[in-house]
Amino acid sequence: MSTTSPTALLPDLAAIREDFPILQASGREGVPLIYLDNAATAQRPRAVIQAMVEVYERHYANVHRGIHYLSDQSTDLYEEAREKVARMLHAPSSREIVFTTGTTMGINLLAHTWGDVNIGPGDRVLVTEMEHHANLVPWQQLVARRGGQIEAIPLDAAGMLDSDAYRRLLESSPKLVAFTAMSNVLGTINPVKEMTRMAHDAGAIVVVDAAQSVPHDSIDIRDWDVDFLVFSGHKMMGPSGIGVLYGKEALLEAMPPFLGGGNMIRRVRIDGFEPAELPAKFEAGTPPIVDAIGLGAAIDYQAMIGVERIAGHCRALLELAHATMLEIPGLRILGPDPKHKGAIVGFTLEGVHPHDIAQILDTRGIAIRAGHHCAMPLHKRLGITASSRASFYFYNTPGEVQALVNGLRATLQLFRGKKCQI
Amino acid sequence: MVVPRPLAYNRAMDHEADIYQEHVLDHYEDPYHRGPCPAPTHRHEDDNPLCGDVVQVELRVDDLGRIQEAWFQGDGCCISQASASMLVEKIEGMTLDEARKFSAEEMLRLFGPRLTPNRQKCCLLSWRVLQAASAAPLENQSGNKP
Repeated sequence: MSTTSPTALLPDLAAIREDFPILQASGREGVPLIYLDNAATAQRPRAVIQAMVEVYERHYANVHRGIHYLSDQSTDLYEEAREKVARMLHAPSSREIVFTTGTTMGINLLAHTWGDVNIGPGDRVLVTEMEHHANLVPWQQLVARRGGQIEAIPLDAAGMLDSDAYRRLLESSPKLVAFTAMSNVLGTINPVKEMTRMAHDAGAIVVVDAAQSVPHDSIDIRDWDVDFLVFSGHKMMGPSGIGVLYGKEALLEAMPPFLGGGNMIRRVRIDGFEPAELPAKFEAGTPPIVDAIGLGAAIDYQAMIGVERIAGHCRALLELAHATMLEIPGLRILGPDPKHKGAIVGFTLEGVHPHDIAQILDTRGIAIRAGHHCAMPLHKRLGITASSRASFYFYNTPGEVQALVNGLRATLQLFRGKKCQI
Repeated sequence: MVVPRPLAYNRAMDHEADIYQEHVLDHYEDPYHRGPCPAPTHRHEDDNPLCGDVVQVELRVDDLGRIQEAWFQGDGCCISQASASMLVEKIEGMTLDEARKFSAEEMLRLFGPRLTPNRQKCCLLSWRVLQAASAAPLENQSGNKP
């Protein structure tokens, strides 16, 4: 979330909520849904759902293949979605936008292509202690295949990256620095531009996991100057099963293709093939056509609401959540102050296991996440095995934050109240 | 057409009291045989990495293969710990064979409140550990072979 955006609730919140059919349906009979699991996946507005229905009902055929009316229509819509992604990221060219199935696929693609060519024995890959498994395990698999080693930038006590340690780690000239723009547990927003500049000065290539940032932030890839960036569609109101890999054109050109098959080839003989031009080179097989078009519709919707307004609203909810949750006895919020983080509140409640918290909140219609959030090394670093996480989006209300706080107090009563009787 | 949810899900999720019933909370707050077993003959420990629940089960089995004492230690959610307490209470007095035959379905019935598949994993952790413990005699235990 941009720290420069004004903190302000959206005045048209009620109307915005009307755009999301699932927010009108109840989570269970008679209990209204309070959806606070947006960092796992967001909900979709009708505009996205309708755009996809319309493709299936009126425009659908395979892309880049047929010489017929529907195939042309599908291809145009699919490529238009790529243009929308490029504009959203301020990418110089849509040739730099590769559609994937999600963040995880994007990072695996990089590990198998750029990684297999560039990483070998003696090479270092730098990650952080706050990475999601998706930005850790593919690199572990890479060094297991090719050699090399992984090092992690540690956290400081506040849950921010230790910049002095980062500087020291860069002295050993890592070939790659892979980090998240926003932690999915702590909410910490990392200084992408500065970290990228430092990495480049040390001769490293930079991969940024922007899965949590893209839904909340306006991103200017030229300003950040990252080499690669990945994100998923489903966290920003797009469909599941679509994601994006951005890469600088020269780097993408120099990389070998990843999956082999149709569409990624220019010419095939029995004994070999020539890869296609960018970005088709990395899009083997029939792509997630309708999902890409749905992502395009989500980008349009986000732009219509306004990314700055989204950021401001989420910041207001975050500040309210911090203020009210910290009044609950035994509640500890993981990560830094609101001014350094996005709309994610990871927390623990003394004496109550996260799964029990989530279960009891669920009976009140409140959906939060409990567990390790695909960040086991981070939890180990924090000295806990699991945590709870409430995460907000622009359709959430201050009333829903209050319902969360009430639910947490009721949970405490169930457990600690019981303890007192014994 | 609206596809109804599986019945088990709705039943399980009616109300928080359905899961966090008095007897469940009782076992959680005041567990049976939580701690180290004196002179154990069998022991196993396992975890559920997804949520970090850990349970260790220790048994003292006599010469005839009967479980004289069953104890557990662990850390985790209410369901994983309460179910472990219920289980060790239940199996004391059983033979190892009988304990091995105690099925997952019986464990879920013993726990009581209906659970979603995800929470069933919490409930079955101690059961899984018991199954392994019953086949894991400790070394240097003379005369205690079942």
